[in-house]
Amino acid sequence: MTTITMDLSNTRSRDLQLPPDAVVPPKIDARGVNFFYGTAHVLHDINLSIPEKQVTALIGPSGCGKSTFLRSLNRMNDIIPGARAEGVIEIDGRNVNDPGVDVVQLRRRVGMVFQKSNPFPKSIYENVAYGLRIGGLHHRASMDEIVEKSLRRAALWEEVKDRLGASASALSGGQQQRLCIARALAVNPEILLMDEPASALDPIATQKIEELIYELKDNYTIVIVTHNMQQAARVSDRTAFFMLGRLVEYSETKTIFMNPREQMTEDYVTGRFG
Amino acid sequence: MIRDRARRWVDAFMTVLFSSTGAVAIVFIFLIFLFTFKEALPVFTDPEVRKDANLAQFFVNAKPAEHFEERYVWQPTSEQPKMSMIPLLLGTFKSTFIALLFACPVGVAAALFSSEFASRRMREIVKPVVELLAGIPSVVLGFFALLVLASWLQSAFHFTYRLNAYNAGLALGIALLPIIFTISEDGLAAVPRGYREASMALGATRVQTAIKVVLPAAVPAVFAAFVLAFGRAIGETMILLMAGGNAAIASFSLNDPLRTLSATIAAELGEVVFGSAHYAALFFIGTLLFAITFISNSLGNLIIAKMRRRMQGDAA
Repeated sequence: MTTITMDLSNTRSRDLQLPPDAVVPPKIDARGVNFFYGTAHVLHDINLSIPEKQVTALIGPSGCGKSTFLRSLNRMNDIIPGARAEGVIEIDGRNVNDPGVDVVQLRRRVGMVFQKSNPFPKSIYENVAYGLRIGGLHHRASMDEIVEKSLRRAALWEEVKDRLGASASALSGGQQQRLCIARALAVNPEILLMDEPASALDPIATQKIEELIYELKDNYTIVIVTHNMQQAARVSDRTAFFMLGRLVEYSETKTIFMNPREQMTEDYVTGRFG
Repeated sequence: MIRDRARRWVDAFMTVLFSSTGAVAIVFIFLIFLFTFKEALPVFTDPEVRKDANLAQFFVNAKPAEHFEERYVWQPTSEQPKMSMIPLLLGTFKSTFIALLFACPVGVAAALFSSEFASRRMREIVKPVVELLAGIPSVVLGFFALLVLASWLQSAFHFTYRLNAYNAGLALGIALLPIIFTISEDGLAAVPRGYREASMALGATRVQTAIKVVLPAAVPAVFAAFVLAFGRAIGETMILLMAGGNAAIASFSLNDPLRTLSATIAAELGEVVFGSAHYAALFFIGTLLFAITFISNSLGNLIIAKMRRRMQGDAA
């Protein structure tokens, strides 16, 4: 009896940070996140809970901090000199900003796909195998297996299975981006961060990426930054609207697009500014 | 209208100016080669010269050396001139080998440090300082190697001869360092940031990213640095003349003193009898140096172009 009561209280306290309609416990829970580049204060007190195995879209005009927020989830901002984060970002209850956190382990759990497709100048196979190799896997057969599985999951296998040894730069833009997704999936992450993954692609390649995102959410928690409002509406379950470094509104996607609480959100999603 | 015509005229004039200045450089190189080759030509054509200086003499030593057990000898002014290029070639390649062995890893490591690990302020200090090395006149480097470096090496390793291939090669390596460093560093810095981000996002450390992603992506530039350094090493004269011991010995041993092809020209051209076999032989050495650098550079460029193509995926 006691255990159940404790569990309930725990769940309830988490539910408080979720919008009332949320049903799944949060995978990522950000509380009081502030971010600085040198003296520039780019994120102001962000509180955001992201549910597991759903797609959460971050939208907002350029420079609103959505990418910075995304990159703070796997501490990619650490690379930038002068960058400083404050606040708590919990993934499965563990604060990623804790000094004790192993960034290498964190990034293997939280994969990332970038705006500009950036396959290494290596073969298709080696691109996917890279994360496994640096993780210490050398067993050839299991490597082959994971490479194939990852390429299948990224819906690229059929197109490249006969030329795994060919250079990745010979692929088309859309294929390169799916290769980058396969590369991220190979290390078996739980969360996939996508920073405008389709912004440099043509409509057909974009559609393929969107279909892929839809399939991937069965197994992964996905956070996607996008400039494309229709894309956010199509692929995401929840949408967070950022503006000038602040989280203006966060809700189910259809609420954000059909019935937003804030006037600013409505103006943005209807294209009155942006 | 008038202004329009004037502009067109200036345009045409500038085009001619730029292309002709470009052509002048090429013409000069060609003329220098032509002159060198012309002076070396008697080695092939003049029977008087060919008695002492011919290809067989230079490379296989057909003439048996009398009262002398050594077969490959460079003694162009003795009563019976002996002109084997073997000791000179060995000297050149021994010192180049040691120099590249030292300068390639050190130069690339320094470039990796500067581009991947140093802070921005550190990089702003390291890069110009290493590049300053290129400004040290080689006679100063040679002087340093002759007096200081040779003594250090001697007290550390107790060589039989104070001036040897190690000493000459290390001194030459110092001259090659800035070349290898600068070109490699530029190549490494030009690797797109996206590669580094992708690697880090997969959980790679900085060291893993530098060695497994950034360095392989910059291999064409690094290889170009090696080719250029090789060309410089083959042609470098003063350092080797001073630090190599200046003894034309046909020996594979790195402990022996050496004399290079270039140092031979520098040492002997001032006193050679004009038009003699010795004179033609020295110019033949010049032609040979020309050919070695030309072939290594062309070969290097071919390989670099092939590497670039393979990376870009055109030739799968």
